[in-house]
Amino acid sequence: MTLTLEPPQLVQTRPLLKALDVCKSYGSVHALRNVSAQVYPGEVLGIVGESGSGKSTFLRCLNLEEMPDAGSYTLDLPDVLGNLFDLDRYARRLLCATRIGIVYQNPHLGLLMRHSSSGNVAERLLVAGERRFAVLREKARGALDASEFPLDRMDAPPIELSGGMQQRVQLAKAIALEPALLLLDEPTTGLDVSVQALVLDTLKRLQQDRQITMVIVSHDLGVIRTLSDRVMVMRHGEVVEQGLADQVFQDPQHAYTQQLVHAKL
Amino acid sequence: MTRVLEVRALTKGFTMHHLDTSMQAFTDVSFTLDGGKLLLLKGSNGAGKSTLLRTLYRSYLAQGGAILFHSSHGVIDLAGAADEDVTLLRRTEMGFVTQFLIARPRVSAEDLVAEPLRVAGYTVEDALAQARSWLDTFGVKQSLWPAYPTTFSGGEQQKVNLARALIQPRRLLLLDEPTASLDIQARAALIERLAELKARGTAMIGVFHHPGDVAALIDHELDLSQTQDPQKEPQDVAV
Repeated sequence: MTLTLEPPQLVQTRPLLKALDVCKSYGSVHALRNVSAQVYPGEVLGIVGESGSGKSTFLRCLNLEEMPDAGSYTLDLPDVLGNLFDLDRYARRLLCATRIGIVYQNPHLGLLMRHSSSGNVAERLLVAGERRFAVLREKARGALDASEFPLDRMDAPPIELSGGMQQRVQLAKAIALEPALLLLDEPTTGLDVSVQALVLDTLKRLQQDRQITMVIVSHDLGVIRTLSDRVMVMRHGEVVEQGLADQVFQDPQHAYTQQLVHAKL
Repeated sequence: MTRVLEVRALTKGFTMHHLDTSMQAFTDVSFTLDGGKLLLLKGSNGAGKSTLLRTLYRSYLAQGGAILFHSSHGVIDLAGAADEDVTLLRRTEMGFVTQFLIARPRVSAEDLVAEPLRVAGYTVEDALAQARSWLDTFGVKQSLWPAYPTTFSGGEQQKVNLARALIQPRRLLLLDEPTASLDIQARAALIERLAELKARGTAMIGVFHHPGDVAALIDHELDLSQTQDPQKEPQDVAV
């Protein structure tokens, strides 16, 4: 038993992201049961849990590509009002393209593999209404550079690139429009350790330089620990524990979290 | 003197679900601390000294009691404060100094040391200039400043860590054996910096393997051996 925590008193800003009681079932499987989360501007929330815990489903709900059965989701942005789950699909698509960036574990989900890398990034800018070729190219170059992508390869299609490079193209696409929220779904899973460190470092730099609010999902505790301010632990579609990253890893309360932390190499 | 910290009946134990037991680290710890004072925590291995520091910093969750921190925003109970508030205070008013450096891949020593100043709003040039001067003070060779500390020796890593932890003055500083395994020059620099911060009003709570190193700085002592459950043998409670 530990003391219960109070709502923030010192931090005056409102949470950027607020998700309340999100539920989702696939047939008889409850993927999400009353999952709630809030993230403050500039904060990084890490979500850990084993495969099938519902963490990726939750992230897809936050990216509005999956519609939950119940729950609400709001973003505290000037022109974004109401429960985002109630938006029609056109409004959802525009919102996702302009305000939310996502990096998938599988680059095939986020990129057109046979189009040029710069074209993949420019596609985002086109959705936002930019039509001038020189501007498109310049902004795509800037985003790729910020993701530490080698610019002499910017016209190569992702299919010709290594896994780490493909993730950088995804990241460039995600940040091209300076999104309010960046979602990362297992961004380094499947990459070898040195490439993983480079991608993590790029993310950390972006976070520090631009103060982007992020939600990152991973089963890799090291990744979550490196990047997150706060951590949420999920199991069987429920949140079993949340807290400051160092507290969850050093003083886990729930039996499942203890098991998870002790299982780390 | 301004009050910085009031700890009341603080209790901490650990529940180990896989063994189905719990272990008490300390019960009913109370003390107060003013700005510019240093409190030395005493007790044998496993008496709960580091556990108390980590509970104050909120790396561990308290089970009972209160940690009233007199921040610049007003008094707040760290034992029950929201995560966001704790994050804010850690960034600006509370520091934790350990002997271990958490190096990040591809981040140079000087960038690592300058980071707290950059977060506090200094320009890159100012932050780097100060970082370099502190690295110099703690005796890190100039050729190592732009290098990545991941490959440094243990002692050098610790110097980088101290420079980083002490570069920005805090209202409250928690010191977990910062002098362990330091060479003489770095130890002298550390003690000088602690004295300077103390004179500027920083309240400090420290665990020192050799308290003699800082004897001149100690104002109060707290022996944690007496706060344990008498039924139990002292045990190492670090997780």
